[in-house]
Amino acid sequence: MSYSSQVSFTINGESRVLDVDNRTTLLDALREHLHLTGTKKGCDHGQCGACTVIIDGRRVNSCLTLAVMHEGDAITTIEGLGKPGDLHPMQAAFVKHDGFQCGYCTPGQICSSVAVLEEIKANIPSHVTADLTAATTVTEVEIRERMSGNLCRCGAYSNIVEAIVEAAGTRA
Amino acid sequence: MQFDTPATTNPIDQLTIVGQSIPRIDGELKTTGKAIYAYEWDEENIAYGHPVGSAIAKGRITSMDVSAARNADGVLAVVTTLDVGKREKGKQNTANLFGGDEVQHYHQAIAVVVAETFEQARAAAALVKVDYAEEKGVFDLSEAMKTAVKPKDAGGAPPDTAVGDFDAAFETAPVSLEETYTTPDQSHSMMEPHASLATWDGDELTLWTSSQMIDWWRTDLATTLGIDKEKIHLKSPYIGGGFGGKLFLRADAVLAAFAAKAVKRPVKVALPRPFLVNNTTHRPATIQRIRIGAERDGTITAIAHESWSGDQPDGQLETAVMQTRLLYAGKNRMTAMRLAELHLPEGNAMRAPGEAPGLMALEIAIDEMAEKLGLDPVEFRILNDTQVDPEKPERPFSHRDLVGCLKRGAEQFGWSTRGKPGTRREGDWLIGTGVAAALRNNLLVPSAARVRLDQDGVVTVETDMTDIGTGSYTIIAQTAAEMMGLPMDRVKVRLGDSRFPVSAGSGGQFGANCSTSGVYAACVKLREAVIQTLGFNASEVVFENGTVRSGTRSVPLAGVAGPDGLSAEDTIEWAELSDSHQQSTFGAHFVEVGVDIATGESRVRRMLAVCASGRILNPITARSQVIGAMTMGVGLALSEELAVDTRRGFFVNHDLASYEVPVHADIPHQEVIFMDETDPISSPMKAKGIGELGLCGVSAAIANAIHNATGVRLRHYPMTLDKLLGGLPALS
Ligand code: FES
Ligand code: FES
Repeated sequence: MSYSSQVSFTINGESRVLDVDNRTTLLDALREHLHLTGTKKGCDHGQCGACTVIIDGRRVNSCLTLAVMHEGDAITTIEGLGKPGDLHPMQAAFVKHDGFQCGYCTPGQICSSVAVLEEIKANIPSHVTADLTAATTVTEVEIRERMSGNLCRCGAYSNIVEAIVEAAGTRA
Repeated sequence: MQFDTPATTNPIDQLTIVGQSIPRIDGELKTTGKAIYAYEWDEENIAYGHPVGSAIAKGRITSMDVSAARNADGVLAVVTTLDVGKREKGKQNTANLFGGDEVQHYHQAIAVVVAETFEQARAAAALVKVDYAEEKGVFDLSEAMKTAVKPKDAGGAPPDTAVGDFDAAFETAPVSLEETYTTPDQSHSMMEPHASLATWDGDELTLWTSSQMIDWWRTDLATTLGIDKEKIHLKSPYIGGGFGGKLFLRADAVLAAFAAKAVKRPVKVALPRPFLVNNTTHRPATIQRIRIGAERDGTITAIAHESWSGDQPDGQLETAVMQTRLLYAGKNRMTAMRLAELHLPEGNAMRAPGEAPGLMALEIAIDEMAEKLGLDPVEFRILNDTQVDPEKPERPFSHRDLVGCLKRGAEQFGWSTRGKPGTRREGDWLIGTGVAAALRNNLLVPSAARVRLDQDGVVTVETDMTDIGTGSYTIIAQTAAEMMGLPMDRVKVRLGDSRFPVSAGSGGQFGANCSTSGVYAACVKLREAVIQTLGFNASEVVFENGTVRSGTRSVPLAGVAGPDGLSAEDTIEWAELSDSHQQSTFGAHFVEVGVDIATGESRVRRMLAVCASGRILNPITARSQVIGAMTMGVGLALSEELAVDTRRGFFVNHDLASYEVPVHADIPHQEVIFMDETDPISSPMKAKGIGELGLCGVSAAIANAIHNATGVRLRHYPMTLDKLLGGLPALS
């Protein structure tokens, strides 16, 4: 009996075709099959956000979704945002504000924060959005709420929020 | 280099690079996903190992049936604890990691299943059948404390101390306090799970792992495997957090090594997240009794701190009274620690071991005492400051500015506007502020480094020091750049490799000061080699802007070394200065909380830490250490607790969903102030530790702020809403 399937998707703009065990998470497909190890495994259970990637514009915990479910999807990982010497503004803001320490939660924080700014721009409300009829704005309270699925045990939160606020400003 | 007299002026004092706010040199790698962690190294033909953990807490394995696992799809081997037999234990470990039929704690590793893929290994691991002869264990500290004993030592210090006549002084003190405080078992819960990739070449092992202490791991792995240490090459250049949880060899390394040997291929093993808490170590719970007596004017005349904690047989104390020996004056004093035997997983060091839980208790007691005396808690602390070791008054502190921290913090925070408990309300929120003092000792550990100048004028530093998020790469580069008169981009730093000289490693907040001092020592030698090569007169040589200058002669550093480069290696070693002087770091935490009057939910609204910690080598990375510790302190105050199943003997909430570490929404903007100071008695860098100081006292400051907000005094962590609800004022 075969437990594997073929799946094709684009990752960081490049199309990839993979034969994977049906049980393989998107996270393990990235890390173990494609050697895109920038996406981290902190818990493998949807509890930490270290594995956050952006799929068709929405952030997703890649450990909670199977690779075979992503036929035709466009996936962006940390490697697709920028590289050393050519950083995405969010990556540059994290470096400037020291929004990390050990760096293990960092790719997830950055992917999540890039998508958070898009969510706010798209006027998607959060738990702390007071007025659902007004346009959502980038505030520290909104950022903290929306980023709360990305744990940082090093405790860089205060700096991460500063980095996101700055990146939101440079983006606009 | 022997550091035996206080530092005088040296090249570090130029502070052109050291002391500057330089962003991390590994920042671009970490923010782009290019920093490679243990599980991510690429090797040909890697197989996957998945651990199996014991389902009982104590007893023996009578049999294991691995046939179903072995026959499962893709499985290459199953290596069991019975197969490898009892192993000699590494000297840093208390409980066995793997080998033999004895089970000492729940989730102790008892097998590793190796397969072609991760999914196959994980599925097959569930097929291993084990029969146990279970034995009764002891899991409840509040019961076990009754039979606790005085251990031989407390991490090198005596378990008990006494000066004067505490009992008499306490009895006659006009104002006194006697209370019991508890802290629960706590988990490091670093974001990167323990992981190792092992590959054998004949009898030589290469192991990529996630380790705070390269040489400890290498030594203990050699012991456990029964091979010569020289046969092991250990690499750990990036570490996804440790907080003490990666100080000592762990099971992932041992399992990967045995598994790779069995299948003759590289094997990698990561501990699954739900495995971490019970398989590895944690900070043990404490029960602490504090008694304080004072004159009516606030002078402490008697102070006693006793603590009970538990651990595996032959385990260690959580040394929660240590700071009480040093923090406040008081003629009559005693401390005592007792150790109970428990069969929970191994208790061991977690960030600021001893002081973190100790100050969680002591700094509430001090707040309570100030209240009894009708004194402002900042004033009460200042009144009882001491400039000498109160147990040995002939020993001064090398430098102690707790008073400065308290005063500066009070001013910055707006402390003077603080009201009486339960008097400030904003809508549904009761608002309060709290303060606590911080003390953490400055530990000194030998540390070696090698520096090489190549013919292009680039200096490469090699040391087995680790960067667990602390900023080691950056501050080591700053040290070498300052010493050699080079810009940062002319310095390369290579860390975390057992082929490099043995460093202090990352622990006990000694890493930064000790490892940079080791680099300083090696650079002193390299400077001498350069001077000798050039035939300059040593006394007038200046290294600056990439040149070496002596009088009117100036030579670019590039070109001094030939094709082989110039190398130097040295170790910083510490002499008697720590006997004659007490070396500690100090701080003050100020916190504002809001408590929801209806639900009892506590939210931290403002945080300020003021730290007196010697020279700050890099304000960016030092500040990050402090805010990270403050964040952990919020967790320890409000939510973190490993729940013990006292019947089955394990921690129930063993994952990140149920062990609640702080998230973004829990943490406000955090402010940190560093006192402008140096400590020449500490090291040639004149720096001290900072990484743990930020955690010391912060949880108590939160507890004191909750009291100021609500009037409810809590003494048992974490301060969850159920403990507050009964004491809150009636809803109007
Ligand atoms: S690894 Fe996916 S949420 Fe933790
Ligand atoms: S930087 Fe270490 S967990 Fe966030």
